[in-house]
Amino acid sequence: MKMDALLLSLRLALCVSAILLAGGLPLAYWLAYSNWRGKFLLEAVVAMPLVLPPTVLGFYVLIAMGPRGPLGELWQMFFGHGLAFTFEGLVLASVLYSLPFAVQPLIASFETVDRKLLDASAVLGAGRLKTFSRVILPLSTPGVVTALVLSFAHTIGEFGVVLMVGGNLTGVTRTVSIDIYDHVQSLEYAEANRMALVLLAISFVVLSVVYAVNRQVGRQIGRRLWTPWTAK
Amino acid sequence: MDAVDGEVNVPVLMVLVKMARLRVGSPPFVLDVSMEVPPGISILFGPSGAGKSTLLDCIAGLERPDTGRIAVGEEVLFDSNAGMNCPPQARRIAYVFQTLALFPHMSAEENVAYGLDGLPHQERTARVKEILTAFRVDKLRARRPSEISGGERQRIALARSLVTQPRVLLLDEPLTGLDAELKAAIVDDLRAWNAARRIPILYVTHTREEVDALGERVIAMDHGRVVSEGTPMEVLEAPRRKRLAQAAGFENLLSGAVVDLREADGVMRVRLNDSPCELEVPLGYAAAGDRVRVAVRAGDILLATARPEGLSARNVIEGRIVAMETRGTLVRARVDCGVEFIVHLTPGAARTLDLADGHRVWLVLKTHSCHLVEE
Repeated sequence: MKMDALLLSLRLALCVSAILLAGGLPLAYWLAYSNWRGKFLLEAVVAMPLVLPPTVLGFYVLIAMGPRGPLGELWQMFFGHGLAFTFEGLVLASVLYSLPFAVQPLIASFETVDRKLLDASAVLGAGRLKTFSRVILPLSTPGVVTALVLSFAHTIGEFGVVLMVGGNLTGVTRTVSIDIYDHVQSLEYAEANRMALVLLAISFVVLSVVYAVNRQVGRQIGRRLWTPWTAK
Repeated sequence: MDAVDGEVNVPVLMVLVKMARLRVGSPPFVLDVSMEVPPGISILFGPSGAGKSTLLDCIAGLERPDTGRIAVGEEVLFDSNAGMNCPPQARRIAYVFQTLALFPHMSAEENVAYGLDGLPHQERTARVKEILTAFRVDKLRARRPSEISGGERQRIALARSLVTQPRVLLLDEPLTGLDAELKAAIVDDLRAWNAARRIPILYVTHTREEVDALGERVIAMDHGRVVSEGTPMEVLEAPRRKRLAQAAGFENLLSGAVVDLREADGVMRVRLNDSPCELEVPLGYAAAGDRVRVAVRAGDILLATARPEGLSARNVIEGRIVAMETRGTLVRARVDCGVEFIVHLTPGAARTLDLADGHRVWLVLKTHSCHLVEE
C-alpha cells in the first residue's frame, strides 16, 4: 500500500488545523464579543463554506491563485513560482474551506462563558488579554478541542476543493480522498477499500478521543461539548 | 499590614448619575441618582427593578451613564463633561455579584490571588493566606467553588474582592439564600475587616431582614431615584412610597380619601375606598378630599373577640374573619371590614381566642401604626 497519499493528507490536515487555531481564536473572539452592527456580514462569510459546493469554492480559489489572479501574482512576486497545484495552495484553499468548522465551535463556547465572570475579571483589575487567557480560554477547552479536531478531520476528508485547486500530483497534491477516487476509476477496488478503511478507522478513533476528552473536561469545568449537531 | 491602615482621611464615594434605557414593551427605565457614600456600610434598599444593580454597574464602570460624575475622594472615575471614563479594571472598586461569579476552573486560593498579579510571589501568597484566614476559609484553599458550600463561597468571593485593597466595596445581595445566623457571622467578619480600613461599602438588598441585621445607614431607591436616606428607623418605619412600603413589610396597603384634618390633634381622618371604614392617621401633607394610601403592618393590628373599651387606640373596626392560615409560628388572618385587612397573630393567641372563619372580630389600630405613603 502506498503511503504517500495518506502522509500528505495528514501533513495537510496538521498545517491547516494549526493555522486555523491561530487565526480562529482572535476571529472567534471578535465575532463573539463585538457590538459592531455589520457583524452579521462577516458571520455569513465565515459560514459560507458550509453551504457552498466545494467545487464553487475551489473554482474561485483557483481563479484567484492562477497566474493572472491577485493571489497568484502576489505569490509569484515573493516566491518566484505560482500557487495553483502546489502544497501551499492546497493549504490556503483548505483553510478557507474548513474555516467555519474551527470558528463556529469557538464562538459557541466563548458565548456560553458567563458574562458575570468577565465582569468579575475586569473589576479585579484584569485587562482583555488576561481575561481571555485566564478565564475565557480555559473555560472554552471543549470548544478548542472540537475546533481542532473538526478542522483536522474535515481537511482529511475534503475532495472537491482539492481536486479543483491541487489537481493530482503524487506526493504534492494527491491526497488520500483523491487517491481513493482514482483507484475506483481504474476499477482497483481492493486498493480503494484498503485506503478507505484506513480513513474510516482514523476518523472513528479521532472522534472517539474527542468525545471522551470533552466529557472528562466538561465534567471538570461544568461545560458541555460543542458539536455541529448540538449547536443552537 | 499596609499603608491603608495609616491613612486618616478616607475618601467618600460621590455619585451623580443620569441614564435612560429603552425597554421592550414597557416605559423607558430612567436612573437619576445623586448620593454620597461615607466610609462604613451603607445599605441600598428598594424593591426589585428599582435600579440598584444598574447603579452599582455604573459605579464599577461596567455600565456607562449618559451623564454624570463619579468620584472617590479627589479622584474622578467618570465625568461626562470632561469626556472621562475610567475602565473598570483601573477603578480599584471591588464588586461582589449576587451570583458571586467565582471562577469555576480555579481553586479558592487561585480565585483570591487572581487580582494580585503585579505582586511578587511571596507577598502574594502571604496576602492570600491572611485574607483567607480573616474570613475563616483557609482550610478550603485547594478546593474548587463547586466543592464548597454556600456560605463559604460567599466568604471566598468577599476575600477575592477585598484582597486587592479596593477603595470602595460594592455588594449586590451577596448573602441571598443564607440563613440569618450565617449572614450575621459573615457580616461580623466584614465589619471586623473594615474597622481598620474604613472604606465606603455599598450593600444592596431588597429584604427588610438584612436591613435590620446590618442597620447603619439606609439609602432607599425606587424607580431609579433615591426616595429617602437615613437610619433604618427613619427610612423603613414610615416609608413614603408604595413599593418601598411593600418591600419593607407592610402587608396592608389601603387606598382612601381624606375626610377632614384635625390640626390641633395632629391627625386626620381617612375614609377607605368602597367601605364605611374610617381611620384616624397622623397628619400628612394633604387636604380634605385628597386621595391617599395608608400602610399598616399586619403585626401592628390587635384583634379582639368583643368590642374593646377604654383604649388609647383610636381606630376600632368591626369585621369578620374570612380565612386563617398557619405559617410556621405565625397565624395569618384575613379579616373583612368592608375592605380586607391582614392580621398576624401567634398560634397561642389564635387558640385562646378560639378564632375560626366567619367569627365576628374587632380590629384595633393605633393612629401611629398607620403610615401615609405615596404612589
